[in-house]
Amino acid sequence: MSWLLPPGNSTYAGDIDFLYYMILVITGIAFFVVEGGLVWFIIKYRRRPGRKAYYTHGNMTAEVVWTAIPTVTLVVIGIMSGSVWMDIRGRNSVPPGALEVGLIGKQFEWNATYPGADGQLGTSDDFSTRNQLHVPVDQPVVVRLGTEDVIHSFFVPSLRVKQDALPGKTIDVWFEAMVPGRFEIACAELCGLGHYRMRAILTVHTAEEYVRWVQEQTAAAAAGE
Amino acid sequence: MDHAETAVMQAPSRREIGAGVYSEKLGMWVFLGSEVLFFTVLIGSYIILRFGSPESFADPGKILNIPVTAVNTFLLICSSMTMVKAFACVQDGNQKGLKLFLVATVLIGATFVSVQVFEYLQLAHEGFLPSGYVDGSHFAELAAAGDLPAKVNIYGSTFFTMTGFHGFHVTMGVVCMVYVTIKAFQGKYTATDHRGVEVIGLYWHFVDLVWILLFTIVYLM
Amino acid sequence: MATSAPPMDVAHAGSPEHDLSFIRKYIFSTDHKIIGIQFLLLSLMGLFMGGLMAMMIRWQLGFPEGLMPLGNLLPETMVSGGVLLPEFYNSLVTMHGTFMVFFAIMPLLVGVFGNYLIPLKIGAPDMAFPRLNMWSYWIAFIGMGIMLAGFFVEGGHSAAGWTQYAPLSSNPEFTGVVTGQQLWLLSIAILGLSSILGATNYITTVVNLRAPGMTWFRLPLSVWSLFITAILVLLAIPILSGAAIMLLFDQTIGTSFFDASNGGQPILWQHLFWYFGHPEVYILILPAMGMVSDVIANGSRKPVFGYHSMIYAIISIAFLGWIVWGHHMFQSGMNPTLGMTFMISTMFIAVPSAIKVFNWMGTMWRGNLTFHVPMLNAVAFVAMFVIGGLSGVFMASTPVDIYIHDTYFIVAHIHYVLFGGSLFALFAAITFWYPKMFGRMMNEFWGRVHFALTFVFYNMTFWPMHNLGLGGHMRRIYDPSQYEFLQPLAGTNRFISISAFMLMTVQMIFALNFVISWFKGKKAPNNPWDDNGLEWTVSSPPPHGNFAETPTVYRGAYEFSSPLVEEDFLPQDRKLEGDGG
Repeated sequence: MSWLLPPGNSTYAGDIDFLYYMILVITGIAFFVVEGGLVWFIIKYRRRPGRKAYYTHGNMTAEVVWTAIPTVTLVVIGIMSGSVWMDIRGRNSVPPGALEVGLIGKQFEWNATYPGADGQLGTSDDFSTRNQLHVPVDQPVVVRLGTEDVIHSFFVPSLRVKQDALPGKTIDVWFEAMVPGRFEIACAELCGLGHYRMRAILTVHTAEEYVRWVQEQTAAAAAGE
Repeated sequence: MDHAETAVMQAPSRREIGAGVYSEKLGMWVFLGSEVLFFTVLIGSYIILRFGSPESFADPGKILNIPVTAVNTFLLICSSMTMVKAFACVQDGNQKGLKLFLVATVLIGATFVSVQVFEYLQLAHEGFLPSGYVDGSHFAELAAAGDLPAKVNIYGSTFFTMTGFHGFHVTMGVVCMVYVTIKAFQGKYTATDHRGVEVIGLYWHFVDLVWILLFTIVYLM
Repeated sequence: MATSAPPMDVAHAGSPEHDLSFIRKYIFSTDHKIIGIQFLLLSLMGLFMGGLMAMMIRWQLGFPEGLMPLGNLLPETMVSGGVLLPEFYNSLVTMHGTFMVFFAIMPLLVGVFGNYLIPLKIGAPDMAFPRLNMWSYWIAFIGMGIMLAGFFVEGGHSAAGWTQYAPLSSNPEFTGVVTGQQLWLLSIAILGLSSILGATNYITTVVNLRAPGMTWFRLPLSVWSLFITAILVLLAIPILSGAAIMLLFDQTIGTSFFDASNGGQPILWQHLFWYFGHPEVYILILPAMGMVSDVIANGSRKPVFGYHSMIYAIISIAFLGWIVWGHHMFQSGMNPTLGMTFMISTMFIAVPSAIKVFNWMGTMWRGNLTFHVPMLNAVAFVAMFVIGGLSGVFMASTPVDIYIHDTYFIVAHIHYVLFGGSLFALFAAITFWYPKMFGRMMNEFWGRVHFALTFVFYNMTFWPMHNLGLGGHMRRIYDPSQYEFLQPLAGTNRFISISAFMLMTVQMIFALNFVISWFKGKKAPNNPWDDNGLEWTVSSPPPHGNFAETPTVYRGAYEFSSPLVEEDFLPQDRKLEGDGG
């Protein structure tokens, strides 16, 4: 039962994981101090005949100290978190030249749409896949996320990606994978009966593989017409 | 009489000074605080939805009947005045005036609700419901012709919910007002103890205030 | 001397209630003590039902291949051939949350202890509005009945999560649940009315009915916390009522508040729900904190450390609770800059909670610690609440929340604060005030056994949920084995489930202790815990009207081990030489 995160595979996974481990250390220290203190007090100050408790109503210095330390600590955590947050989600966070992919969630599957040869999403040479998302490695990708029915949530644990899909809105979520391979996608917002099986596979290709894959797909789409 | 009331009435000076007002009045103020939040949710949602999709809302007067509602608003304000008079009368020991003005308040309040019901029936007849236009209705035709917005679903949703819950609160107020009026006719309120009259008065003024706000925001803007 | 009938006879000091029928005295009673006990019975039932639902959820997650024991007792629409169906699973997670929040923890903290303690501890004969109080209970009772009815209708009960996100919750086509959903919303609206009337009563009572000498800064922290909680209830519940009505209308009369295709906004539901929902979680913890302060001071034989700071902390938590709601919505599609502001306010709200934890430790420091059963549970509260609070820091950090939102890490957090926190506090409160309520002592040995076993199995159940979440395990998932990355966590799920079954079984000890002590427990004296509060100056249970004469208060509630007297406690109403008034 590990407190370690599974391996991350995106350019910002490292930043997120760093924050996590930093908070783990800080809260871990607080945990041991408080719980240790409680155990020590339970033993040291247990009732014994002839003892009287120390009559006091408090101590202002103590109040100031144990207000200031948590406040400063939390403010620092907040500032560091805020900076990472704006890098990932801020207004201009989507890297220029990001590859566009459309992804629509619906009860209970994910449908991805890719720009075809013209590199433009929303034109007639687009092609689609069902429950599969294919992207090239070392390339920023921006997913135009939508939903056909209820709120779903696009969750790729290994990329540290999670974004709710809202009806009536298209939301951009970007990432850049660093290692090729096969990764699972899950839905992370209760969306009905089949929520538990709304699974898809993310395939991160090498650059050459991706080009080949796109060619295969566009050819198949053209043949199918 | 409840023990609590006995304890308070018998030895009010011995207890810690609380709000400086008797409990029933404090209780009503507190309760009205919750009502403020309730109406804030409904009115706030209206504002958010309106700013979000202004094209789904009709201009003032295009669907809603402003003249009739303006008269209704005036009536409700009058009923607040009769309520004030009723309270002033009982404070002065004028039992006849109390009864007269309470009855007047009940009648005007009931009229307000009736007019609102009439307004709803009119709107439904012309084709405006909480779910938007009624197919084939007069309003639907106007919309098709471009004289009204194409879709007014959230306009219907917000309008009927806000005014409907206000009307429900007025109705509850009228029911309580009838109860107070009956007690007044039984001689239960004196110049020294007329808490029931003051407390229903507070509720009534609140309901009136909410309406003035609603009328302004929903009918005139 | 044991009797076979519950010794709830109420001594009347010549009061007119003396001649009331059984029904007017114990069923349609206006006595806050009876109403408090009525809420206790109602909410312990709710707690039990919520627990049963949890057992079914854990069965599915721990043993998805196995046939559910006693599954044949449930209809085919819920369990078919021993297999729990996915639609019922979604209902179970929804109703487990609903019951635990609305029919267990909230009525236990606010309905039971608000009612029972406030008049007694401020020196009043009853609430400001005893008849309204009676209505509060019976309206809640009706609300619970309507909620239960939802299990029996066609289509089953609501299955959109206790959070009821639209449009899953607003359009029956998306879940297949029609009537059940409507009953859920109706029940919540009715329950809301009960809460608002109750809050009105509590606030008026605390403001206006305090005995002479009971100034604001002599009030026990249990009363302070209940008072502030009542204000939160007054302001937060109407929001839920309004939102629930809007959702009900979307469901039934064709409105489009949350329907994006007609100009509505699904995210509006989230904002409204969490604007209620965040203050709600403080409603679910503040009274617990207040009562724990009373018990820890008593068990430590010391005044509460930093009494004034504790009050300001309660007020800060209540106030800050209004500006953090967006932290439930970081990944919702809400404007990320808005998310930043919510992160900042959320970081700040950890501070007053930390202050309280340190002050509880300060109370125990250099005390003369007596570990009676209430004290055991109260100290456990502190130890467990700290864990819940610390886990909250992870999710307050918006980037970390990207990973852990909607995973079992959140579930772990919720249960550390609600069970580790509120429920242990309730065990402390029930065991502490049981003698006053029923005139009998609960069995101490079995109280210790219950505590120890609960503490162990509780941690075995919920601690590993942190690790599940860190592994990416999502919430509300009927069958985790669908995902390769979750398959290694199956063993942990099984371990949690077995621990949970043990945990639930152990609660039978508490239930038996509760029931048997009512009839056969040792008769309780006025003040079994040598405490200072006004409730301990009258008999156990107190007579109707509470005090034969209005008490006068000379000091605060925590004058333990005072140098002014020989004993290690000094009741609030005991007059000493030199005391004025």
